[in-house]
Amino acid sequence: MTEELRAYGGGVVTEPSRRTVIVSSMASDSHTWNLVYLELLVGELGFDVVNLGACVPDELLESECLSRRPAMLVLSSVNGHGHQDGLRVIQRLRAFPELRTMPVVIGGKLGVGGALTAEETAQLLLAGFDAVFDDQQGAASFRRFAATLSAGATQVEA
Amino acid sequence: MSFEEFVARRHAAGELVVQPRMGFADPAVMRAGLAATKGAAAATVGTVTLDSYTRVCDTASVAHALRNGIALNGYPIVNHPPEVTRGMLDGLEGPDFPVQVRHGSARPADIFRAMIAAGLHATEGGPVSYCLPYSRTPLDESVRNWAHCCDLLLDAEHPAGRPHLETFGGCMMGQLCPPSELVALSVLEALFFYRKGVRSISVSYAQQTNMTQDQEAVSALRRLCAELLPEATWHVVIYAYMGLFPRTSDGARGLLGTAAELAVTTGSERLIVKTTAEAHRIPTVAENVAALEHAGAVARSVTERVVVDADNQVYREAYALVDAVLNSHADLGRAIVVAFKRGLLDVPYCLHPDNAGQARSYLDPAGRLGWSELGSLPLHRVVESRHADRITSSTLMSALSHVQNAYDAEALEQPMRAIGGES
Repeated sequence: MTEELRAYGGGVVTEPSRRTVIVSSMASDSHTWNLVYLELLVGELGFDVVNLGACVPDELLESECLSRRPAMLVLSSVNGHGHQDGLRVIQRLRAFPELRTMPVVIGGKLGVGGALTAEETAQLLLAGFDAVFDDQQGAASFRRFAATLSAGATQVEA
Repeated sequence: MSFEEFVARRHAAGELVVQPRMGFADPAVMRAGLAATKGAAAATVGTVTLDSYTRVCDTASVAHALRNGIALNGYPIVNHPPEVTRGMLDGLEGPDFPVQVRHGSARPADIFRAMIAAGLHATEGGPVSYCLPYSRTPLDESVRNWAHCCDLLLDAEHPAGRPHLETFGGCMMGQLCPPSELVALSVLEALFFYRKGVRSISVSYAQQTNMTQDQEAVSALRRLCAELLPEATWHVVIYAYMGLFPRTSDGARGLLGTAAELAVTTGSERLIVKTTAEAHRIPTVAENVAALEHAGAVARSVTERVVVDADNQVYREAYALVDAVLNSHADLGRAIVVAFKRGLLDVPYCLHPDNAGQARSYLDPAGRLGWSELGSLPLHRVVESRHADRITSSTLMSALSHVQNAYDAEALEQPMRAIGGES
């Protein structure tokens, strides 16, 4: 879709009814059940989902975001390296002017010692994440966040 | 004494060998973890679990973490020099306490070299099980890597005895993979090692959702290994449930106890434990020791072996899968790649590009795992495909948390019953 819009750019285009969300792990994380679940959940929220799968290198994440310009990037991590990996990844993504305003959220089990401290969460937000979802929060707060995006014809469940 | 001899002797003495998954970045902490494992009141072997960066060959991130005191989720065996690892093991690892390296890498050559340089001879994994669910490495590259690593292991001198390889194929995806495919993959990886010349092997099987079905699976695994690995010494290693674990301590202990029961009733020789912290975070050493001792105690309390019909449904399906792969190509590595390409092997919910992704599993009301979509799996004459409802995020979540909820509910109900008494 984005490829075509770019190729034939300049004219007036109609906003497609479903926008794309990228669901992804980060480079060191091999877990995928979280991604399978998120793919279904985000799809039910009215988006098309591109699921990049396990162990996504920073460069692939960047190129996918640059070429697809998603409505949101959802990073999920459960191996305990999420805090360190997330800080690196968000700084790299925000370094691209085109990706400065892309909504990016992170969630899962982000530290090796259980839930993140308030300070660690603040670091992630300060580095450029729009939201941080701790493992304990469940899907409700993520659904509410996703509902705030202009997702075209999105109908969010209560 | 080698890894295989230690396990064989303990089994002959009527003991289940129990093993943690444990890995810490700091050699002193890793050593303390091994010492505590060795000292636990159970028949234990030690584990050095590597960190996630080492698994994907990202030694730069390991170096960054080590320099800056950032926590790693395991022991970075490639970054630590061999003499550091030898020192970490010195006086602990030996005939009475073998140590296995656990990693999860589809590109494990540097890990094998580091392990061999440190004097260790036992590890685990496999060309499929450490590629499809855990990496982006193409399957044919993983097959080549693992063939090369078998050579590395066999070419090295191992004063302690024959090198030992364990398949991880019986644990694919951790949960919701039908047992027959777990058995087939474990057998195929064992045969892959065997054809490369490895003669000391263990075959894994991860506890799933139904005890009877799990017992059938282990019986099928034994039958296929007996047929296909005639000149190897092999044993069965059970993994305590690898999916979402109970959140209550009693629920977690209950599920671990069931895994120990599965191991003993099926004559399995070794058990990889899980702890009460599993649902929450990486466990402490003390939590690991408690899990080892609990599993050992449950194992000692179980004496009966179960009698399973050798020609059960899991066996018939696993046989059909293995047979189809072996008929795909004379070279087993090629055969595995071809089988995945054609969908003769297809792991439900696995996102790897080399997995067909057409097959789907479901949990039936009795808690048995079955197939809802067969895709191109060669099982059309073996199983009746059931039409399950379309999967949604919430039905997937209930399948994923079925075991967690069952054991937590049981744990939470017990005190109520005690208070209420007979009514």
